Amino acid sequence: MALLTIRDALNQALREEIIRDENVFIMGEEVAEYDGAYKVTRGLWKEFGDKRVVDTPITELGFAALGVGAAMAGLRPVIEFMTFNFSILASDQIINHAAKMLYMSGGEFKVPIVFRGPNGSAFQVSSQHSQALEAFYANFPGLKVVMPSTAADAKGLLKSAIRDDNPVIFMEQERMYGMKGEVPEDDDFTIPLGVADIKREGKDCTIVARSMTVPMALEAAEKIQQEFDVSVEVIDPRTIKPLDIDTIVSSIKKTNRLVIAEESHSFASVGAEITYQVMDHAFDHLDAPIKRISTVEAPMPYARNLEAAALPSVDKIIAAVKEVCYI
Amino acid sequence: MPKLSPTMEEGQIARWVKNEGDAFEANETLAEVDTDKATMEMTALSGGTLLKILKPEGDTAALGEAIAIIGQKGEDISALLDEVSKNGASKAADEKPKSVSEPEPTAGGKAAEPTEEVRKEAPAATPASNSYGGRMIVSPIAARMAADNGIDLRTIAGSGPQGRIIKRDIEEALAGGGSKTAAGAKRFTPSTIVGAAGYSDEPTSKMRQVIATRLAESIGPIPTFYLTVEIEMDNVLATRKQINASLEDDAKISVNDIIVKAAAMSLLKHPFVNASYQDKSIRFYDQADIGVAVAIDEGLITPVVRGANLKGLSEISAEIRDLAAKAKAKKLQPEEYTGATFSISNLGMMGIKEFTAIINPPEAAIIAVGASTPTPVVRNGEVTVRNLMHVTMSCDHRVVDGATGAKFLQTFKQMLETPAMMLL
Repeated sequence: MALLTIRDALNQALREEIIRDENVFIMGEEVAEYDGAYKVTRGLWKEFGDKRVVDTPITELGFAALGVGAAMAGLRPVIEFMTFNFSILASDQIINHAAKMLYMSGGEFKVPIVFRGPNGSAFQVSSQHSQALEAFYANFPGLKVVMPSTAADAKGLLKSAIRDDNPVIFMEQERMYGMKGEVPEDDDFTIPLGVADIKREGKDCTIVARSMTVPMALEAAEKIQQEFDVSVEVIDPRTIKPLDIDTIVSSIKKTNRLVIAEESHSFASVGAEITYQVMDHAFDHLDAPIKRISTVEAPMPYARNLEAAALPSVDKIIAAVKEVCYI
Repeated sequence: MPKLSPTMEEGQIARWVKNEGDAFEANETLAEVDTDKATMEMTALSGGTLLKILKPEGDTAALGEAIAIIGQKGEDISALLDEVSKNGASKAADEKPKSVSEPEPTAGGKAAEPTEEVRKEAPAATPASNSYGGRMIVSPIAARMAADNGIDLRTIAGSGPQGRIIKRDIEEALAGGGSKTAAGAKRFTPSTIVGAAGYSDEPTSKMRQVIATRLAESIGPIPTFYLTVEIEMDNVLATRKQINASLEDDAKISVNDIIVKAAAMSLLKHPFVNASYQDKSIRFYDQADIGVAVAIDEGLITPVVRGANLKGLSEISAEIRDLAAKAKAKKLQPEEYTGATFSISNLGMMGIKEFTAIINPPEAAIIAVGASTPTPVVRNGEVTVRNLMHVTMSCDHRVVDGATGAKFLQTFKQMLETPAMMLL
């Protein structure tokens, strides 16, 4: 095991996959000579050169389209968006082309491409740069959506995403790049897509969290255990689509209570989808209405205090757990 | 018009405390409303401004009928006014401003906010009612566990918001069932009326069901029979005299106070008399809440002395004085005149020697107390004069049998003839 930041774990995954498969290359704004806006691609251009690590102009639609074409022609592009907010410009390529190509070509063209970058809020980057877009992409058949919350998951899932023959939206979190975790020292270490991970075992209440809300949920669980002697299970689906609903449902059959913590806005969110699926599969096992903590329904404010108030927090999660546990 | 008493179907505006244009805070009184039982205060669920009074003082409105419009100062209410005039008894519109007609203003739970934001505090768990608009609410897992374990949900008081029955309640019921057989002690469920006696529902035996059905067929909804006992009151009168010698005039106890206490003490020794027939079960109460009939101008009301078995004579006396005064002023709150476990009607002070009273369902019995009268009696072969009082108990035969009732009256008689027994 090695103690790595999520940033370095992603870097290792990219490096190992570039070495492993000559068809893998990285493309995006500032990914090469500048080592990446968030240094995820640090050192890769120096090591592998222009052919494998490609700087682009500020043209999201253009380089996303280049990626889709390259993937159709047999390469395995990893397209970095400086943030997923900018992917909105490229969404026609992602949704109308990458996601549909295999189907509309009658199976002729697969599109093995990864679109990756930070998703969600950062540090006071205001309304246009703080969006969590997982529900948006997860809504379209043909796309896989992955959101790691630990260094090991980041590495293992990114490697699986690159090896997957379908377009994968791989969402990181800027606030989490510096978080450290143990990562297996194995250059063939992968984590399969579509498998949830129980980050903490518990018996009284389940929290389903992803990305930034996973560390929050773990902290909340610890505090609740200390203060109320209530044992909370924390589940990280890791892959939003396909969703491992079975792991969530078996947990609820044990705990009878569910809180969902997510960074996106609440309306039509992934949490809303999980709520429906739990109701569909485990209605008879619920002891309380499902509670959901999301970012408030407003554009993200710039002010630090308002930004903090708008986002999920440990305290909000604790309050929700207390409510579903009737304490 | 909100529901301000358990039995009201309409209310009459006695007085508007706030005028049109007045602002108010949550829990402030907006109006006083005459219900079928008492004059009740109608309080605000949240702050706002009284924009328009639709039912002026003296007007009557059915439950749910709009009586006023509240909202923010200066808000346009023309659409609401149209709707009210069109529909007459329309329910309040969903959007603000809204008429103050929807939920019970006395119920603690606020309407759920349509947002995922977590409220600062979870609604307090009130076992005060496990119904939601009259419907029992149960969490899915609790419902399934109850079904699996053959638990009657009607016997469970929910501890969740709005009285929702949740997993914990079923687990406690199951645990209670286990310990009951172990300890042999009755497990009592808290009442839905604040301060009222808790109860335990015991399944009715087949024999008891047959007796109940046959007797009811024979005589009507409550198959009543009557038992009369003659009680020598000389010792009670002497005891009362001794006690009152040391009490201020306004604190002196009455014979009736002693009767209430004696009845309460006797009830605990005879659980079938302190019970209710509930079809599938018999409900036993864990304390004696004694209803004391009080005549008022418009009729009769029965305020309740809660847990009279636990209270001293002075406490009972003061409470009855206070309740009777409130009853006469029509200020009794519903929880003060509902949910007795047994009643006493005393017409002794009006010179009635003996009479029968009508049972106040779901109670199992009521005693009718006559005047204590100096009467020649034979004691030890000699004719002597004693104060005799006739007490007739009306019994619900579905739960009280002749012998059960007689045994209760024996205890009751013993208590009054030897008042020191009440100390036991």
